[in-house]
Amino acid sequence: MTVVAPEHAMTPVYEFPDSLTSVPTHYCPGCTHGIAHRLIAEVIDELAAKERTIGVASVGCSVFACRYFDVDFGQAPHGRAPAMATGIKRVAPEALVFTYQGDGDLASIGAAEILHAAVRGENITVFFINNAIYGMTGGQMAPTTLVGQKTASSPAGRSLVGQGAPLRVSELLAQVDGAAFVVRRSLHDVVQIRRAKKAIRRAFEVQEQGLGFSMVELLSSCPTNWGLKPDAALDFIRDEMVPAFPLGDFKVPEAETAGAAGAGTADSSAAGADAAGSAVAGRARRG
Amino acid sequence: MARELLKGNVAFAEAAVRAGCEAYFGYPITPQTEALEHLSTRMPELGRTFVQAESEVAAINMVYGAAAAGVRTMTSSSGPGTSLMMEGLSYLAGSEVPAVVVDVMRGGPGLGNIAPAQSDYLQMVKGGGHGDYRQIVLAPSTVQELIDHTVLAFDLADRYRIVTVVLADGSLGQMMEGAELPPMRHLRLPGERPAWALTGAIMREPNLVSSIHLDPDEEEAFNRHLQAKYAEIAAAEVRFEEYRLEGARVAVVAFGTTARLAKTAITAARAEGLAVGLFRPITLWPYPEVQLRALVKRVDAMLVVEMNTGQMVEDVQRIVAERVPVRFFGRTGGVMPMPEEILEELRRSAHEAEAAHQEEVSA
Repeated sequence: MTVVAPEHAMTPVYEFPDSLTSVPTHYCPGCTHGIAHRLIAEVIDELAAKERTIGVASVGCSVFACRYFDVDFGQAPHGRAPAMATGIKRVAPEALVFTYQGDGDLASIGAAEILHAAVRGENITVFFINNAIYGMTGGQMAPTTLVGQKTASSPAGRSLVGQGAPLRVSELLAQVDGAAFVVRRSLHDVVQIRRAKKAIRRAFEVQEQGLGFSMVELLSSCPTNWGLKPDAALDFIRDEMVPAFPLGDFKVPEAETAGAAGAGTADSSAAGADAAGSAVAGRARRG
Repeated sequence: MARELLKGNVAFAEAAVRAGCEAYFGYPITPQTEALEHLSTRMPELGRTFVQAESEVAAINMVYGAAAAGVRTMTSSSGPGTSLMMEGLSYLAGSEVPAVVVDVMRGGPGLGNIAPAQSDYLQMVKGGGHGDYRQIVLAPSTVQELIDHTVLAFDLADRYRIVTVVLADGSLGQMMEGAELPPMRHLRLPGERPAWALTGAIMREPNLVSSIHLDPDEEEAFNRHLQAKYAEIAAAEVRFEEYRLEGARVAVVAFGTTARLAKTAITAARAEGLAVGLFRPITLWPYPEVQLRALVKRVDAMLVVEMNTGQMVEDVQRIVAERVPVRFFGRTGGVMPMPEEILEELRRSAHEAEAAHQEEVSA
């Protein structure tokens, strides 16, 4: 589908990405998986990489991501996508290989696989959808659930005692030498979505340049299991999740940090347009 | 190729290289570690993939990825490690990708020990992972067979898009004996990867390697398809050996190292005038059911010998269905049965068979 502005009849301003199929998604209204899919697909198109992209889906709501991307896809056991992607990338080094994983998959059952993929500097790209909950199984506590957040398996709210604080995966993986590019973005408004797309593009470029492990964490919504309307769910990301999971660049290739002082983010061009986000990014970098 | 003195673990690792294995993923565990060590040198020098994984869970999923991408790939391990691979093996079966697993069995359960055992029979033959699936299981009894079975395993895995297991044990992995390695095969070119593999969707619709069928009817249909494939394998790929069964009244049924020990006992028993022989399943799945059933008509008794507390004997009993007496003798926990012990059991079986025969005659 192409919608064109009438005064520039020959210039498309909106196109359906080639790298997405036309299959309607099963995602709930207001869920940001669709946005994340679209951004990734747009970047694959921009890189003209559709014919050499191999995705690895995980277990959770995004288990059917393989139906929505119009590229070769594998579907890994719960948490094992980075290992499966390792096997693929090692024997198909020319391919653009990415995993798409939720927080239960990546940060809980797959904690070892994601950590060691980063340790090996595995030249793959990971898209980490953090919505602070297990979506597919009906809203149970995830390793990224906020303290005090009520879920189907933490009905009194997540407690620091016995359940601990949410795991900040990007900060953790940024400590690993093999990680080349680790950033956190959000999908709660248009500015953030545009910043997220730039990060997705940069992550793929890092892989294309053979620089090592790249990951974009995307703060995402789950209106159904949060019990919020879609717009309130986006506010929840902004007001509750961003303070717990600061946006920013936790690890970028050295050449980029060595650039202009104070503008060493992967998408520094966007920083000026979003002073608050830039400040948060700066804080995250210091952390 | 000339015969050379080879250690079992190194022999199967090198056989995998020559069979065209492009990617190995493993984790150190005794008594198979020499295979991983050999490949850590050999694969990089040939420009192939070697990864020491963070766990056997990761190793089998790396195998899953490489297999999904259409190359010959393998892992090797021992019981505590193969237990961790069960999840992955189920997914491999559920998405019909070919791969080779070598299990160098050791004493268990739990951490057990590092001495030879055959106690992973049920895990590998019956399927230790979830769901209705099978994998081809080959049981070598010499280092030469360990080599040959590894090569065969790659061919069978590719032919049927199935996981093929070489079920060895600690003694085979650790022993050195004369054997001949196969010639080096040509590697599959990137353009020769299978049509279903994940290679990038160039000039074709995207491929999907997945084991999910959310619709129960669809899942049932997929299972029917798997069962049809398994039936085809069962009809075509049964392998077994008969040893000195001509005129035998008692048949030992044993696989792998135990069969080898039994041959020594049988030679001694024959010298004593006992009419005994050996039936050795080489494929543990598909099991040589038809051949074993036919053997019931030729012997008066069977003696199953294993290095476990009785796992394959369940299959023998099922197939024999009480038409002849089946005795079991097993040593376990890493203890190997000595030929003298097997000989003693053979004498008992022979006397029992003789007594039963006399009873029949006098009745």
